[in-house]
Amino acid sequence: MTYVVKPKFRHPELPKNKFGYTHRDYEGAVSTLCAGCGHDSITASIIEACFELSIEPHRVAKISGIGCSSKTPTYFLGNSHGFNSVHGRMPSVLTGANLANRDLIYLGVSGDGDSASIGFGQFAHAMRRGVNMVYIVENNGVYGLTKGQFSATADRGSKSKRGVVNSDSAIDMVGIALQIGASFVARSFSGDKKQLVPLIKAAIEHNGAAFIDVISPCVAFNNHAGSTKSFDYVREHNEAVNFLDVMTGRPPIHVDYAPGTVEMVEQHDGTVLALRKLDAEYDVHDRLAAMSFLQHHADQGQIVTGLLYVERDAEDLHGHLNTVAAPLNALSEKELCPGTAVLDKINASLR
Amino acid sequence: MKPTDISAPDYFHKVVDCQWACPAHTPVPEYIRLIAAGRYSDAYMVNWESNVFPGILGRTCDRPCEPACRRGRVEAEPVAICRLKRVAADFKDDIRARLPKPAAQNNGKRIALVGAGPASLAVARDLAPLGYACIVFDQDPQVGGMMRTQIPKFRLPESVLDEECQYILDLGIAFVGGKRIDSMTALLNENFDAIFVGCGAPRGRDLDIPGRKEAAKNIHIGIDWLSSVSFGHIDRIGKRVVVLGGGNTAMDCCRSSRRLGGDEVKVVVRSGFEEMKASAWEKDDAMHEDIPIFNYLVPKEFTHDNGKLTGVLFEKVRAERDAKGRRQLIPTDEPAQHFPCDDVLVAVGQENAFPWIERDCGIAFDKWNMPEVDPKTMASTHPKVFFGGDAAFGPKNIIWAVAHGHDAAISIDRLCRGEDVAVRPPPQINVASQKMGIHEWSYDNEIALDKRYRVPHRDKALSLRDIKSEVELGYDVELALKEAERCLNCDVQTVFTGQLCIECDACVDICPMDCITFTQNGDEAELRTRLQAPAQNLTQDLYIGNSLKTGRIMVKDEDVCLHCGLCAERCPTGAWDMQKYLIDMTLAEPACHFKA
Repeated sequence: MTYVVKPKFRHPELPKNKFGYTHRDYEGAVSTLCAGCGHDSITASIIEACFELSIEPHRVAKISGIGCSSKTPTYFLGNSHGFNSVHGRMPSVLTGANLANRDLIYLGVSGDGDSASIGFGQFAHAMRRGVNMVYIVENNGVYGLTKGQFSATADRGSKSKRGVVNSDSAIDMVGIALQIGASFVARSFSGDKKQLVPLIKAAIEHNGAAFIDVISPCVAFNNHAGSTKSFDYVREHNEAVNFLDVMTGRPPIHVDYAPGTVEMVEQHDGTVLALRKLDAEYDVHDRLAAMSFLQHHADQGQIVTGLLYVERDAEDLHGHLNTVAAPLNALSEKELCPGTAVLDKINASLR
Repeated sequence: MKPTDISAPDYFHKVVDCQWACPAHTPVPEYIRLIAAGRYSDAYMVNWESNVFPGILGRTCDRPCEPACRRGRVEAEPVAICRLKRVAADFKDDIRARLPKPAAQNNGKRIALVGAGPASLAVARDLAPLGYACIVFDQDPQVGGMMRTQIPKFRLPESVLDEECQYILDLGIAFVGGKRIDSMTALLNENFDAIFVGCGAPRGRDLDIPGRKEAAKNIHIGIDWLSSVSFGHIDRIGKRVVVLGGGNTAMDCCRSSRRLGGDEVKVVVRSGFEEMKASAWEKDDAMHEDIPIFNYLVPKEFTHDNGKLTGVLFEKVRAERDAKGRRQLIPTDEPAQHFPCDDVLVAVGQENAFPWIERDCGIAFDKWNMPEVDPKTMASTHPKVFFGGDAAFGPKNIIWAVAHGHDAAISIDRLCRGEDVAVRPPPQINVASQKMGIHEWSYDNEIALDKRYRVPHRDKALSLRDIKSEVELGYDVELALKEAERCLNCDVQTVFTGQLCIECDACVDICPMDCITFTQNGDEAELRTRLQAPAQNLTQDLYIGNSLKTGRIMVKDEDVCLHCGLCAERCPTGAWDMQKYLIDMTLAEPACHFKA
């Protein structure tokens, strides 16, 4: 908890985006999380991603559940829509909001407790339905607000701060997301903004359920020797398969990648993801291979990060349901009650 | 880049921009905090030790600290450092008991000081308590030098000047007033252990154009005229006055004229308004008193009617840069402009004059007829003779004179002890963490967003009625507190310990000014291009911290750091700490006698 008010002054030469905003204009209130919390770095990455994409803050809805992670929407995009919902219920609140107004950008922020325990089912259904959203899990492997009990994502064999060894098997959120049909799946680390910011940007641009698992060390309860979610452990065992450069609008001015190391992935809105491959064999469009790659490396104690899977020509819930292009909340009585003649026609077609 | 050596005294001193820019290196943030705490006497003493004349400088200083103030790089205007100094002087208690006592014992050394201005008085203040017999000579009957003769009383009341000069005289200094030193050789023959020359730059430049001799009765040299006004020899001037020149003396001349019967006072300057040498605030004050400033006019002739001045004729010019980029004034073809007037004050510069120093007495002079003076020790080529103030390097200002005085006093003290004058004492540095507990810091690190507060002025009509009535009223306690709150506490330094850092990025994320970056090392020029925010101010250092587990470095651009302490506040491991670096320049005093 910090009581010093963050000064309004900013660096006089900060870059500005299309709307004349600096990244400071995308901030929220000062974080009340513990000093050094990985979640604050994710907050900073979301701020940076929205700034770089020149998103208008009022076009964003940030929705969360309960937990340390779910407090973070207060700390970014102070001028956006927000909904701090019930524990584990972010996905259903977000699905409803998305159905009512498909024009907003939906940022669902959750944690390992919120999504892998109480909200596990909610998470699964939002993914399989393909709700057009960014689903960020701020994953620290412990219940921080209740003083550091293991969460469902804690690895078997990892040690708590008090020395207790975890005997339960871990839920790998990335593996589940791949299996149940998320069309964009990535993992990153709060301590690596170079990798995380472009992933968030790409996820925002993605049309469909985009899932990012962000390992985020809990400085208070899970940053000790024996933890598998500490800064040191994640840095040592990070197996990055690729890095992204997200290009929006204008084509890149110069491309200086070595041949064969870059794959260009075009998104539905024309955004191009330049995928710098660290592992030349890795194919981001192969769901099955991604799952086995993940399992294989997990067995070796490695944490695979990067863009792990992206579906070509992904479609979202509105596409599946064939809803109208206009947001439902913008439809007037005229469109909703087209009159007896139209009704008769529909009835006739069903006879 | 190599990791920053923060134990080098200059590194953090430079971060305290105001103190670094002050010739006397006054610990500015320290006294501003004391003012905010209502401890005016303490604030005064911090100043008095460092710059000797807080009340005088708080009204008249040229303020090199203010353009340097970090606040000016963050928002529109710097902290009103100078006028806060005056607050300390205005609201202090009787501090006489806290001043040094006259030396209990004379050390047998006699020092002659030529001129009783700020430089000589600073030397005397530093040396007298150590037991030196200081004898100050001046042609005027009272001490103060140009502070008395050239600064009008409506800017510097006599009471303030007298008070601060008296503090020095009370140290047991002998003042010989009304005595002009006419021969350096004769003075040297009096066997003083050292001689300090602080006689200023006493000769006002004249303007040798047609009509000068004929109309001489109504054409006055600015600094001489101000001096006569100061001593009460002149108390009237004509209704229409033209002041020639664009420096601070010209501003004092025109404003004094307004108070001595000048209804229509004009300042006419050769150069453009922006290039005028006068400080911006002095120009503002003159214009506020209905004195127009005319630019790009070169005086050609004093017109007169049988010896009675009728006005000044000017040629119109425009500024143009030549091939080498030097500015030149090119006459336009417009007709000459005539300004009718009753009196002219010539304030077109002043220069040094040493007719009394025989050129064979062992003091070398350079081709500009200035003594050769070592800028560090203030020593001339004669082992016993030192210079300071305007006498050393030409016209500067009071704060430079004080700084010279401190340096000369150290030299004289070392000379008299038979030590090497070239060896200088290092500054005294006191480092202390400001952390008092969780979320508790010993300084006020909330950043006030307030704009600079204006100093209240006396009503114009009242001010113009009496030349002794001070125009600026000074901040009251409430305004002083608000202005003091604008100070960013740049002496409370961000100190980084790489061994403690876990690279969690908390400091990077919270820093309101994007000062901090963790990245791969590189050379400085290249590093500056890839920081969190552009680091284009090359006068400000990059602070490099190493010993990080990932092999990266921590780079902090000192340029616009607010010293708010949020990095330390959000650091989970105490790798960042806010530590107050008090840097005191060592003066000639017994406590600092060190063996080099």
